Amino acid sequence: MKRTYLIAAGIILLAVALWIGISANTRRDSWTESETTTLRSLWIGSLPPLPPDPSNAYAEDSAAAVFGQRLFFDTRFSSNGAVSCATCHIPGLMFTDGLPLAHGVGTTSRKTMTIVGTAYSPWMFWDGRKDSQWAQALAPMESAVEHGGTRTQYAHLIDEFYRTDYEAIFGELPDFSDQTRFPSVAGPVDDEAARAAWEAMSPEDRDTVTRLYANMGKAIAAYERLIMPGPSRFDKYVEGLLNDDQQAMQDALTKDEVAGLRLFIGQAQCIKCHNGPLFTNNDFHNTGVPAAKGLPVDDGRASGVQKALADEFNCLSQWSDAGGNDCAELRFVTSEGEQLLGAFKPPTLRNVAETGPYMHAGQFATLEEVILHYNTAAVGPVGHTELEPLHLNPTQREQLEALLRALSGPLLLPPELLQAPR
Amino acid sequence: MKKQTITIVATVVITVVVLFAAFYYLMPTIGARYLHPLMMGGEATSEPANLDTSTSILSDQEWFRVSYTSNENPLPLNQVHSWTLHVETADGQPVENAEISVDGGMPQHGHGLPTSPQVTENLGSGDYLVEGMKFQMLGWWEVRFGISADGRSDTVTFNLILE
Repeated sequence: MKRTYLIAAGIILLAVALWIGISANTRRDSWTESETTTLRSLWIGSLPPLPPDPSNAYAEDSAAAVFGQRLFFDTRFSSNGAVSCATCHIPGLMFTDGLPLAHGVGTTSRKTMTIVGTAYSPWMFWDGRKDSQWAQALAPMESAVEHGGTRTQYAHLIDEFYRTDYEAIFGELPDFSDQTRFPSVAGPVDDEAARAAWEAMSPEDRDTVTRLYANMGKAIAAYERLIMPGPSRFDKYVEGLLNDDQQAMQDALTKDEVAGLRLFIGQAQCIKCHNGPLFTNNDFHNTGVPAAKGLPVDDGRASGVQKALADEFNCLSQWSDAGGNDCAELRFVTSEGEQLLGAFKPPTLRNVAETGPYMHAGQFATLEEVILHYNTAAVGPVGHTELEPLHLNPTQREQLEALLRALSGPLLLPPELLQAPR
Repeated sequence: MKKQTITIVATVVITVVVLFAAFYYLMPTIGARYLHPLMMGGEATSEPANLDTSTSILSDQEWFRVSYTSNENPLPLNQVHSWTLHVETADGQPVENAEISVDGGMPQHGHGLPTSPQVTENLGSGDYLVEGMKFQMLGWWEVRFGISADGRSDTVTFNLILE
């Protein structure tokens, strides 16, 4: 009798051990139909065709894109001759700079955002204070801490170095040679002398310069529209899932990464804001991010939306090529309310492992710190955080980070677009 | 205690421990979907069961029957689009001159719509063009319309789930 029990116990233990062994070693990733729908929505293959930018008549012009690419890498367009767009948007760093705060001729109060995939975004910058790529491109050029230059300075540079390129795209370049009408340094900028010189110009001459300046932005945007992300291991996994190919799935992501993916679309709720094939809804959310050391409290979208509405280069402005009905995002924008306070744009998570540090002022150095912040849902310095604690254990946090690292992939553009054109 | 009993108890205990350990270590692999949300940290963000997501409903005080159609189907994520709202009296007569306001949000997140949609055109026959609709998150949304016509004011709230 005793023996029988011992044998029975032995068999049970053996069976359990066997079961664990089999479960741990044979892997079959199964997803429900609704989970598969969700994963497909994040897949790069779900990226719709690039939407037109009606505010930029040169958006699809290939000559404008080449001209824009030249401008993007040209350091002459700055107050010290050393800063170009590529100073902060470094192609080898996924068009970011690896710094907590952007550094041009001075230091800004925000982290450089990537350009990759921004042609899909209705709003630019962390606070959405610009509503197109071309309007965005013009802001750093006249910022005292970024390029530090002025638009008349840029007009003279175009006149001197790019007359042929410019005229081939935009038509005849105005004559800027009269220095009394077109001072070498003048623009609506912080610098008082430059601003005074700008205000002393005739309205017609100011418009002449501003038209050229807007065209520079449109050319840069035509180039930036080409900067798109390529497939990551995550995308190969979803492809495998859609083709019912377990082998392809298992080749693409490890078990930990898959566990991280379940958390991403489930308990961790990342997908609430990081949705769609670019892993961002391009909207604005307060996630209680702590203030950056040494910087004043940043109210984010609350100020950003007012700037966008007042922007001289917005979709409804005289420099935009859009008809009024094309500007739905701006016409129906939410411009007031508690939800805008301390709200910032969720950046794309594609290539997130390559684009640290993180948050709008580089508050977190590592993905681990970012995940810890979302896990605890600490109260932020301003407004009301949308977060609630996630209760992820250390293993789950590691799995989530592993998944984020699997979102990296090569850029989807030829190498010649990653440097100044020859 | 008999030795046999001890053996049985020991077997049961060991089996339970092994099963528990297996479950605990394999959970990250098999995923959380077999568990109740409360076991996974109290997350309960799925929409209520039996949520009425009809696109044609009576207003709160039953003055109006209101229905909507979207110009994009299925409802798009992260994209501004338009709705056509149809308003009629409870007995089916089109309401031609209504004043309509638009509001909404995600009840489980305590925030409103990302845009401020407006009725921009009275299309006649009780139809109204609502421009500027946008949803930027997956999940349960409420869209509320305030309707005033013929001296009567009422509200109507549509539920919808973006998947």
